[in-house]
Amino acid sequence: MSKALKRIYMGIIYLFLYAPIIVLIVFSFNKSKSRGQWGGFTLDWYAELFQSRQIREALYFTLLIAVLSTIISTIVGTIAALGINNMGKFSRTVILNINNLPVLNPDIVTGVALMTLFTSLKVELGFVTMLISHIVFSIPYVILSVLPKLRQMNKHIAEAAMDLGATPSYALRKVIIPEIFPGIISGALMAFTLSIDDFVISFFTAGTSVTNLSILIYSMAKRGIKPTINALSTLMFVTVLILMLIINKKSGKGEEILL
Amino acid sequence: MKKRVRILAYPYVVWMAIFIVVPLFLVLIYSLTSGDIHDINSLQFSFESYQKVAEPLYLKVIGDSFLLAFISTVICLILGYPVAMIIANANPKYRSLLLMLFLVPIWMNFLLRTYAWMSILSPNGIINRFLAFLGLPRLEIMPGNVAVLLGMVYNFLPFMVLPIYTVLSKIDKQVLEASSDLGGNRVVTFTRIILPLSIPGVVSGITMVFLPAVSTFVISGLLGGGKTPLIGDLIEQQFLFSRNWHFGSALSIILMIMILISMAIMSRIDKNGQEEGGKAG
Repeated sequence: MSKALKRIYMGIIYLFLYAPIIVLIVFSFNKSKSRGQWGGFTLDWYAELFQSRQIREALYFTLLIAVLSTIISTIVGTIAALGINNMGKFSRTVILNINNLPVLNPDIVTGVALMTLFTSLKVELGFVTMLISHIVFSIPYVILSVLPKLRQMNKHIAEAAMDLGATPSYALRKVIIPEIFPGIISGALMAFTLSIDDFVISFFTAGTSVTNLSILIYSMAKRGIKPTINALSTLMFVTVLILMLIINKKSGKGEEILL
Repeated sequence: MKKRVRILAYPYVVWMAIFIVVPLFLVLIYSLTSGDIHDINSLQFSFESYQKVAEPLYLKVIGDSFLLAFISTVICLILGYPVAMIIANANPKYRSLLLMLFLVPIWMNFLLRTYAWMSILSPNGIINRFLAFLGLPRLEIMPGNVAVLLGMVYNFLPFMVLPIYTVLSKIDKQVLEASSDLGGNRVVTFTRIILPLSIPGVVSGITMVFLPAVSTFVISGLLGGGKTPLIGDLIEQQFLFSRNWHFGSALSIILMIMILISMAIMSRIDKNGQEEGGKAG
């Protein structure tokens, strides 16, 4: 391909990627409620956004669930990975295959399966069931990112520490954890973003009493376009963009983190 | 020591049994029974739900889901492969910027990205306003399959580009030089070396696009307007509105099995491709 052709092609692709986002941003400042028409500049939708109790609550639940499920699944997943790493080949393979199920299964199947479980146990759907579900689909990713680090680690390092007088818990804190820390962090990051972004599994397990942002956006969008969603999208997009730029600048390894 | 550490995995094993194995098992049981789901005693073994899946109406839904997912995967591959190649061959100074620009949109909520297309494509959307302004006839693609395809391609294109890019960027440049030194022109270098070596990336790209596309109900719900219901819409309906969990479970099991089969096929292709790639390289 010639250079000009490459540039034109990439230009079209990037236009395709960003056009909808630009449209959302522009129309978040649009006075006219209709989506195709420009009625002048306004910040009304942002004001409405901050005044809406519904959106504030959804944001609160989204963040709360993301933080809690990240903390719990990172701890449980890391501990489980330590155990799995010391298992025989057969049980390890069986456990990892089951662990992979939520990763490979379509979200909708995981969602309805969990909903079926909770309903069969007569547990009312709500905050707790949604939190449990988020932990269920997050732990596998933590394990999948911690386990390779454990395998890379020199097996004798912990033994050496204990031969030199370290208690097992001291060896764990001072030797093993620092060694596998990058894996733990990338697992936690994954758990957090998956939880923030999840719609399908939350949709089936949240019931009607709790709403996160994704569920709220879905129900609002189904009823048609609301300019407040545009304002919300703009804020979320700008937040993500700023976060990405900071990570990129700070580590200089943005590519690795993004992947 | 090893034995003591092993114990650490046991709580998670119990957790997996309760929250991964049992739920899927329940779905399997519901798919094979009929009766009131809230009353265990009333459940009876029955193939009813699977017979219902085999009705032409529902077979069409499954066929449509696979067809739309297949078409969107092919479009993603055709559009995405050149993108991955261009980024992989770009000047290292700009490479990570190009990649980041490609990835930023997927960090935005999936529903918002789909919603964004609603404002562009809807009957009173921007495109139609623009066409009306020019005095041209309206474009009626939303709600409809074209809009659903567009939404799928838009949402999943990065999942095709990323794995292909990763594989392409790892190809040893000396291999390509060797090919041209040995008289291979650019077409030969591409078809005999780059393409076979990139098969693993293509395979995981195809899987990563096809899986979410075939099981989606968000894109078809928002952009398709229920014109062509997909298997995901049907499952959502059965569990949330019609309350026919037996039928919904049967659909979920069928979706799972079909996906497992397609993944097995893809990993077979991956293996063959790697062997051939090994020969060519």
